[in-house]
Amino acid sequence: MKFSLGPSLFFWPKQQVESFYQQASESAADIIYLGETVCSKRRELRAKDWLELAKQVAASGKQTVISTMALLEAPAEIQVMRKLCDNGELLIEANDLSAVQIMHDLKLPFVAGPAINCYNVSTIKVLLKQGMTRWVMPVELSGDWLKTLLAQAQEENIRDKFECEVFSWGYMPLAYSARCFTARSEDRPKDDCQLCCIKYPQGRKMNSREGEKVFVLNGIQTMSGYQYNLVNEVAQMKDIGVDIARISADSNQAFEQLNQFKQQLTQPQKYSLDGVNECNGYWHKIAGMSVA
Amino acid sequence: MELLCPAGNLPALKTAIDNGADAVFIGMKDDTNARHFAGLNFNDGKLAKASDYVHQHGKKLHVAINTFAHPDGEERWRKAVDNAVAIGCDALIIADLGVLDYAATKYPDVERHVSVQASTTNLEAIKFFKNNFDVERVVLPRVLSVQQVRQLAKTSPVKLEVFAFGSLCIMSEGRCYLSSYMTGESPNTVGACSPAKYVRWQDTDQGLESRLNNVLIDRYQPDENAGYPTLCKGRFEVDNNVYHALEEPTSLNTLELIPELYKMGIASVKIEGRQRSPAYVEQVTKTWRMALDRYQQQPEAYQVEDAWMQTLANLSEGSQTTLGAYHRKWQ
Repeated sequence: MKFSLGPSLFFWPKQQVESFYQQASESAADIIYLGETVCSKRRELRAKDWLELAKQVAASGKQTVISTMALLEAPAEIQVMRKLCDNGELLIEANDLSAVQIMHDLKLPFVAGPAINCYNVSTIKVLLKQGMTRWVMPVELSGDWLKTLLAQAQEENIRDKFECEVFSWGYMPLAYSARCFTARSEDRPKDDCQLCCIKYPQGRKMNSREGEKVFVLNGIQTMSGYQYNLVNEVAQMKDIGVDIARISADSNQAFEQLNQFKQQLTQPQKYSLDGVNECNGYWHKIAGMSVA
Repeated sequence: MELLCPAGNLPALKTAIDNGADAVFIGMKDDTNARHFAGLNFNDGKLAKASDYVHQHGKKLHVAINTFAHPDGEERWRKAVDNAVAIGCDALIIADLGVLDYAATKYPDVERHVSVQASTTNLEAIKFFKNNFDVERVVLPRVLSVQQVRQLAKTSPVKLEVFAFGSLCIMSEGRCYLSSYMTGESPNTVGACSPAKYVRWQDTDQGLESRLNNVLIDRYQPDENAGYPTLCKGRFEVDNNVYHALEEPTSLNTLELIPELYKMGIASVKIEGRQRSPAYVEQVTKTWRMALDRYQQQPEAYQVEDAWMQTLANLSEGSQTTLGAYHRKWQ
């Protein structure tokens, strides 16, 4: 089983991004995803900067994957994505069917990211035909759901045609909107957002009026208020055939988590989850924000 | 431009047809559609009756099979497609790629529409559906501005359908897991958002509280109107500021965009609300029929009448309407 570092979902200054990926190159991650997946107005790094950075990371020997946007509305956004897709050497994570279409046209393999709605083996088959080589399960699905699906893939003799990756740690991306909720939180429309996301390197907490951490506002993306944590489920994931566990690049904490997760393979131990900051409900078929 | 109206049961369907709908969309009595609510939707017998009524009146019937198939129940989604075809539906509205593949392979001659739940927001994604499943139409999510819709309409290889009126989903549909995060059930997996069985109302010293799976969604003062606790429309706190952090209780209303939508060549305007009463369907259908007819008779003189707006506002969440994402300022 391998461990990946997911793309950073927040908006950080260029220097912070660069030093983060410097650390990532030396981290326990086997696979590193990077790129802007949330908002095309975030241009601290442009397409060519991301490609350059990715190539530097790839030189460290880790598999490096360019992640692409989930919600694309303007032709200019598609153009930028096409440039990333056609980079000539690095694997692409598609987070919208537009990227799948482009990769199919280019006759190149791709990873189907967590924002693509792939819920069953028939959809896996459709995506395999397009060139998918790895599938990241949508975050809302459970261990049982996955187990059934992978068993079916086995029966249909397609299990060896793709790797399976599970989002296992960090704030989960839960929704995408036309509206920018961070700009709204500063009482501004998106067209006048002043790139305010950069002021919130961990997003903005949106709590209930009783102080419960409900969601995290991250531009047009809404994230879980708690960090997902499947550290106690690593063995189970391995058993049902998960190939890769993804640690989201929330902060430098991710590197420590990578170590903890990796250690579960050799020296398993049970961690107790902090019920006011962490959750694992989705995997256990209950409300995502709960702890089983 | 087709007027496409919702129906959650036979009386609503008849009302829609009788009041001027060109087509009606319905779902089956199970989790294969995104309005899987108790007491709603059509079993096999009612499905046949619905088809008969619609076709006797020379109108069209669209069947929504627009949740995502469960790995241990794919057969259910295929059977829904088989049943819809068997009763002679005019179009299948599908979101799941596997279900679309099944429908395109088994029933190539039955029209396929890409459900809003498939979250198709750009030309390349539309091409994906056209190339792989030869779809006739794409229903656009409520995340695009008028300018973006216009641009897509110019270049799209398939017809476009847009939402015209009804409850406003503020997230890109099909890509919102907020409901399952809070309750374990989402539109994609169960066919419901903020399901009623998790709703709890409580009178407290601080006001009337609405909760979803125990999370406080809103708290109302005596002079405030309380609305259904759809989780994205509650009041929350961000750095000590309490407000509708995501959206207010409001509905989409695009009467004023009718001329634009005609000029763009939009194939169909969709009214949301399969979960609503026949009375809702009657009023909305009647109003929209009037507005569309008025435009067609005298395009240059078209103006939205106050009475139409009032009728629709009365049927809206929080009695208020918005142009939503069509208007960039909303974004």
